[in-house]
Amino acid sequence: MSKKIKEKQDAGKVLLEEINQPQKRSLWRVISVPLLAIVTGVIIGAILIAATSTSVYDAFGESFFKGISTAFSEVFVAYRSMFTGSIGDPVRIVNALASGDAREIRSALNPFLESLVQATPYIFAGLAVALGFRAGLFNIGVEGQLFIGAACATYVGYAITGLPGIIHMPLAFLAGGLGGALWGFIPGFLKATTGGHEVINTIMMNYIAFRLTEWLLSGPMTRPGSGGMPISPIIEESAQIPQFFQTPIRFHLGFFIALGFAWLVWWLLFKTKWGLNLRTVGTNPRAAKYAGLSVVKNTMIGMALSGGLAGLAGAVQILAINRSMALGLSSGYGFDSIALALIGNNHPLGVVLSSILFGTLRNGATRMMVISRIPIDIVDVIQAIILMLVAAPAIIRTIYRLREPKQEETTVFVSGWGGG
Amino acid sequence: MTPILQLKGITKQFPGVLANDHIDLTLNKGEVLALLGENGAGKSTLMNILYGLYQPDEGEILINGEKIFVESPTDAIEAGIGMVHQHFMLIPVFTVTENVMLGEETLKFADFLDRQSAANRILEISQTYNLQVNPYDLVKDLPVGVQQRVEIIKLLFREAEILIFDEPTAVLTPQEADELFEIMRILSDQGKSIIFITHKLREVLAIADRILVIRRGKVVGETTPEDADKNSLAAMMVGRAVSLEVEKIEKEHGDLVLSIDNMVVADKFQNIVVDHVSLDVYEGEIVGIAGVQGNGQTELVEAVTGLKKPAEGKISLLGEDVTKANPRTITEAGSAHVPEDRQADGLVLPFPVAENLVLCTYYKEPYSKGLILQYNTILDHANQLIDDFDIRTPDALTPVSNLSGGNQQKVIIARELSRPIKFLVASQPTRGLDVGSIEYIHKRIIQKRDEGCAVLLVSPELDEIMELSDRIAVMYRGEIIADIPNKSVTKEEIGLMMAGVLPEDVLMEKKAHLAEQGS
Repeated sequence: MSKKIKEKQDAGKVLLEEINQPQKRSLWRVISVPLLAIVTGVIIGAILIAATSTSVYDAFGESFFKGISTAFSEVFVAYRSMFTGSIGDPVRIVNALASGDAREIRSALNPFLESLVQATPYIFAGLAVALGFRAGLFNIGVEGQLFIGAACATYVGYAITGLPGIIHMPLAFLAGGLGGALWGFIPGFLKATTGGHEVINTIMMNYIAFRLTEWLLSGPMTRPGSGGMPISPIIEESAQIPQFFQTPIRFHLGFFIALGFAWLVWWLLFKTKWGLNLRTVGTNPRAAKYAGLSVVKNTMIGMALSGGLAGLAGAVQILAINRSMALGLSSGYGFDSIALALIGNNHPLGVVLSSILFGTLRNGATRMMVISRIPIDIVDVIQAIILMLVAAPAIIRTIYRLREPKQEETTVFVSGWGGG
Repeated sequence: MTPILQLKGITKQFPGVLANDHIDLTLNKGEVLALLGENGAGKSTLMNILYGLYQPDEGEILINGEKIFVESPTDAIEAGIGMVHQHFMLIPVFTVTENVMLGEETLKFADFLDRQSAANRILEISQTYNLQVNPYDLVKDLPVGVQQRVEIIKLLFREAEILIFDEPTAVLTPQEADELFEIMRILSDQGKSIIFITHKLREVLAIADRILVIRRGKVVGETTPEDADKNSLAAMMVGRAVSLEVEKIEKEHGDLVLSIDNMVVADKFQNIVVDHVSLDVYEGEIVGIAGVQGNGQTELVEAVTGLKKPAEGKISLLGEDVTKANPRTITEAGSAHVPEDRQADGLVLPFPVAENLVLCTYYKEPYSKGLILQYNTILDHANQLIDDFDIRTPDALTPVSNLSGGNQQKVIIARELSRPIKFLVASQPTRGLDVGSIEYIHKRIIQKRDEGCAVLLVSPELDEIMELSDRIAVMYRGEIIADIPNKSVTKEEIGLMMAGVLPEDVLMEKKAHLAEQGS
């Protein structure tokens, strides 16, 4: 037996990953539920597309067969446009690659690059929620932390001038993280010292954040000459996160920074003693206390780190895409991030993958709306269904007759509620 | 005569484990059949199959010679099978009657509960079997032993003919256990058939008509109390000869290690649960705290280990004042703690064995350097301890939740005893464990004592206290009412003190008794 372990030890990285993720040992067991949830979500989405299309009803009025075929073609058109809108048109990509025209290749790949752009804030926000869950904290305040982070990054971005980009951009970016961290720290502090539940307090902090940024944008941070519009000045060029190609391709360095942070969070959680502190407190606070850890301290650290990542989500959007802050900054990244952290099993790699999925869905939906006139909201419905199925895995297990796993799979999520 | 229950070739496979391997079992009417086996031997799986919680992969169940299918507990109850679980399924704020009626409501008129006739039936049952239960009491006001009898009444109310008792004595005092055995005897005399699951040899010999021993999912032997003794049963159960008596050399104790002075501890409702307790523990001695559970032992241990701050008094460890110290300071001072509730306090269940083995030390070299955890060192350490302490696990990366209770406890024992320690607090170190593990853990504790470690042992198992301790302190309602050398008292006397009789009175009675015998 011990010999076998010795052999495995040399496998290095893969093994270390395993140590911390005992559930990962059976890859299928981990990914089966999210994967089948996505499939099911897409199927139900198809049914909704067909059921809400007037032309399908018209066709059914003519004949049953025509109705069915129209339903299929409607769904096909919708999903095809979603696919080409988010991944790209395969034929065009192949042709572009064959022609060797760099410009044509770029624009053929643009739909996919745009999906990655959409995924970037999701990655940060998803990491925020995942880290919180790992530390036994249910951070619903990502949206608010994101707003505060964005505001801080914006301020540093336009108010400080004359710095070289190599300093200014990271400075503005980190300012966003710091702002979010502060916003996360407050409910963490309240939970640790008074026992006030972070679910309630982060929700309340969201409202404060929204109104605070509203006031900032229409008061102290308003753009001169905006005529009362709540919008900030444009940030200095030195603070901008560079985009790689000319407009309209928005693909930017932020995506790789996000991947870097995903790696950093993974390393922190699973490779360092601080991470083990957080996970121990998050998984079993009583055992953590027994082992001599300070539950109070780790709760505050956990919330601050989670908030910091959320702040970075806001910062990256401002510095790379928007370049100035307005109220419509977030299209619900903070709330979607709870969903994608769950789908990603609260693991940084899972978060990256599900973020790309969400980014792709969002991006494809825009295109779908243009081509097939199906409202973009169908994506919200599909996302909601996926989330519900992930959160209630029993449904998926029943539909697809999967075997019941061990109980521990759900502990991380549950402890977020019971931890108070 | 057809046996009332027959299990034929029951087989149940779990991933990686053959929990039941073609088990045959026969239960005759009016018989007490003891099912003896270590934890993880497959007793519970077999009973869960019988009770409809699991489906067998193979095999059949026959009641009175007729094959039945038990697909849920409802089927089992219908077939006359009832189970007294280790953890009671009672609602504390309901009366006995209401608890018994749950799920089996007797109604009158349209939908009104007919409490009266149910209560009458409970009284009748109670009298028939001498259970002494008042149907109108609230369950929360009843002692544990009586609560268990309410569970029995629930089964009799549903006219169960086959009663399964799953480790029923785990929660009882020795006296309560004896009362339970009397009740089981009455039940079987009245024609009820009983399956009694346990790993306690004394109990098996005391009550069973027939004994079936299970090891690793197989029936390895059948015997009767007349043909067996503790040693032969233990050997059958474990598969090798087991020494049941702990070998212990008498020796003088050394310097003072732990000193508790007039300590008061309050619970979260500000009730005093440890009431002006003073206690000293010296190098090389085991001080056993006897007492029925819930008499302040838990809080005493929490205070000593830094998990709870005492309201008054002083604790010093190796000359240092640790009254207000946090757990880590106390651990680093050279103390170790085997907690009472291993799953809640001692382990992080979803974490792998390796991480649990360094739960109290991972922040220090060599397990982490700077910020980085040294997983290679942690793994080597884990494999070493897995070998040294004979922890049965597929490997060091298995989540500790997948281990059996005994092996989970071994993880804690390995972690705590492998450190260089001068003081050990062991709170119910063998709770719910099998003979093999108990023997092992006792040996390890004695070994620590012989190395000069001071040991504070807390256990509601009187046998354990009597066997291990050099000195015994009895806790009753938060006070230590006796602090006496082990040699000077008998088990019965400690039992009386656990029930609150002062040692002076116990000893007086003893003298009177001796005088009576002398005259």
